[in-house]
Amino acid sequence: MNGERGANKEALFVSGHRACHGCGLALAVRHILKATGPDVIVVTPTGCLETFSSPYGYSPWRVPWIHHLFENAPAVASGIAAALSAQKRNNVRVVVIGGDGSTFDIGFGALSGMLERGDDVLYICTDNGAYMNTGGQRSGATPTYSSTTTHPVGRKSMGKPQLKKDLPAIVADHGTPYVATASVAYLKDLRKKVEKAMTYHGPRYIQIDTPCPSGWGFSSELALEIGRLGVNCGLVPLFEMENGSLTRVRKIRKKLQVTEYLKAQSRFKHLLQEDGSEYLKELQEIADQNIAKYALITSS
Amino acid sequence: MTSEAVLTGEHFINGDEACAEGALAVGCRFFGGYPITPATEVAETMARRLPAVGGIFIQMEDEIASIAAVLGAAWGGAKAMTSTSGPGFSLMMENIGLGLVTETPCVIVNVQRGGPSTGLPTLCSQGDMMQARWGSHGHYEIIAISPSSPQEMFNFTIRAFNLAETFRMPVLVMADEVVGHTLERVTIPPAEEIVVVNRKKPTGSPETYLPYKTDSSFIPVLPDAGDGYKIHVTGLTHDERGYPGMDAKTQETMMTRLIQKVRKNRDQILDYEDYFLDGAEIVIVTYGSSVRPALRAMRGLREDGINVGLLKLNTVWPFAEDLIRKLAKKVEAFVVPEVNFGQISLEVERCSSGQALTHLISHAGGGIHTPQQVVEGVKETLRMLGSKRTKK
Repeated sequence: MNGERGANKEALFVSGHRACHGCGLALAVRHILKATGPDVIVVTPTGCLETFSSPYGYSPWRVPWIHHLFENAPAVASGIAAALSAQKRNNVRVVVIGGDGSTFDIGFGALSGMLERGDDVLYICTDNGAYMNTGGQRSGATPTYSSTTTHPVGRKSMGKPQLKKDLPAIVADHGTPYVATASVAYLKDLRKKVEKAMTYHGPRYIQIDTPCPSGWGFSSELALEIGRLGVNCGLVPLFEMENGSLTRVRKIRKKLQVTEYLKAQSRFKHLLQEDGSEYLKELQEIADQNIAKYALITSS
Repeated sequence: MTSEAVLTGEHFINGDEACAEGALAVGCRFFGGYPITPATEVAETMARRLPAVGGIFIQMEDEIASIAAVLGAAWGGAKAMTSTSGPGFSLMMENIGLGLVTETPCVIVNVQRGGPSTGLPTLCSQGDMMQARWGSHGHYEIIAISPSSPQEMFNFTIRAFNLAETFRMPVLVMADEVVGHTLERVTIPPAEEIVVVNRKKPTGSPETYLPYKTDSSFIPVLPDAGDGYKIHVTGLTHDERGYPGMDAKTQETMMTRLIQKVRKNRDQILDYEDYFLDGAEIVIVTYGSSVRPALRAMRGLREDGINVGLLKLNTVWPFAEDLIRKLAKKVEAFVVPEVNFGQISLEVERCSSGQALTHLISHAGGGIHTPQQVVEGVKETLRMLGSKRTKK
C-alpha cells in the first residue's frame, strides 16, 4: 500500500477475505479503518461484509468486530456506546459499517432511534444499491431504473421505478451533527470525512458509494472508474452537512452525461435500447437536479 | 392448455420456483416479501411472473412489513402470500397471530435453514416446526403442511391456499432448504385439473349481518373490503359483531371458536401417506426432506426382513393425534428422523402415551439424514425393544 499518499497507517482490514474480485466495499472498509485508527469497535449487520469477512481463517479484521442481526446494528451500537460511557472508556469509539439493505430498509427504524437519542455512534453505510449478498434484490437505495432480481426488466418493467431514498437528508433532519457522502473512487476524500466524523460526538452518518462488479455488471478492475463516472455525472453527489447545513461539496470539474455512467453497467443496459430514451432523460434530470441542489459545478 | 398463470407441462425447476408456480396456478395475485436465503427464489419468481398475470409483487422493507402487507392484501380481496426463512419467520410471528385472530386467509412459506439466529443461511434444518406451532403469543391452533419434493412444493402450495380460503386463516408451508433448492422434474397439470377453492362471501342483508356468527363449521363468512358489508377487523378479542369486548366471556366465546375451527375440522385438514402400516412392528414417522432417506431406509430394512412401515405427514399441524394413538396400540415403536433435536418426535411420544417406544434420530442441521443413518436408528430401536423384552 506504499503508493497511497496519506494512507501510511498500518492496515486494520487486511487481505485474505472472501469478497468478490474488485469489490468496492472491501476497499472502502480498509480505508474507513485507516481513518478511524485502532481504537474502535466495529458493528456490522448481516450483509456482504459480514459474509465475506467472518469465516474462520479468512477474517481480515484487526479491530474488535461484532456481527449480530440484519435489523439491529444501530441498537447494538447504542448499547456498546452506553457501556463504554458507563465505564468512562472514552478512548474507544463505536463504528457501524452496514450495507444499504440493512440501513435503508430493515434497520431504518433502529437507525432513526439511534439518531434521535443522540447516541455516540459513527454509522457508515456502504451503499452498493441492492441486496447483493442474496443475489441482487432491490433496496431503498437502488437507483431508479436499475434492473434487480425483484424488479427485473421485462415487458411490463424498466427496472425499479422509484427514486433512491434520500437517506442523508433524512438523517440530517434528525439534527445529526455530521452527515457526509463519499465514494471509493475518491479515497483521500473518504478518509478525510471519516477523520472529521471522529472529531464529533453524538450520532454521525457517512454514506459511501461502493461499486459492485458482480451486482452492477462491470469488469472487476473497473470499480474505481465506475465510481468516478457516478460522481462526475451528478448521480452520486459528494457533500458534507454539519449541524443541518450543507458545508462542503466535491465539485465536478468536467461534467459527464449520465449515459457515460449507465452504459458501463449491465444493470442499466436496457436503458440504452431504443425504447429507453425517455428513461435516460429522466435520469439525466435527476443528475441535473443534484448538480443544482448541491451546487456541484462552479459557474465561471 | 397453457395459460400465463398455469404453465402446464413438464419443468426442470427447484422447489422454491415450484412453490411460486403453485401459488400462481391457484390464483395468488399478491406477494409481499423480503430477500432471505434460501427462500429468495420464491420471491424472485413471483417478481418476474406476477406482473404478467395481473398480480402485484412488492418487495417490502422487512419481514414484518411483508406479512403485514399480505394481511392487508388478503382483506383487499386477493389471494396473498409471502415466503421467508428462520430470521424472517421470527419477525413475522406477531403478525401471524394477528392473521389468526382476524381470520385472514393467506399463505406463509418458510424454507427452513439452520438456526438459531443467523445460523446456517444456505443449509437445511427442520428447527422451526415447533415455532410454527407456538411461535406467536397466546394460545391458538394453526395449519402447517410440509412438502418433501419440488413437485410437492407445487402441489402443497396449492393446497395451502385452498385450506387458507376454506378455514379463513394463515396457512404455513414448512419447507426446508433441501426441498427448496432441489432441482427436479415438476409436472404442472392443465388448469382445469387444479382444484381451486375461493373464500365464501356473505350473501344476506348487510343490515342484519353478523360477521363472526358461525354455523357448526366454526368458520365465519366474511366480506372483502368494499363488498358493501360493515366489518370491524381487529386483533383485540371481539364478539360476533367484530367489536372488542374486554371480558372473560367474550374471550371464551372467540377463543373456543378459533380453536374448534381447527380441532373439529381436523379430518378435513389432515393429509398423510402410509406405507406398510398393517402389521408393522416399527413405524418411521417422517415429513419434509427427511421423507426420502426414510423411504429408502424402509425399503432396505424390509428387504432384510425387518417389519417396518412408514407414515409420511403431509400435514404437520394440526398433528395426526388420533392416528398415532391408534397405531401406538398396534406397533412396538415409532422412529422419527428429524433435522432438529426433537420436535415432532415430542408429539409422537405424547400421543403414543407410553404404549409404544418413540425413538428420535436427530440431526443438527446443515444436511439431512442418509438412508443408512435411518437404518441404524431403526436397528438401534430394535435393540432397545429387545432389552425391554428381556427385562420383562
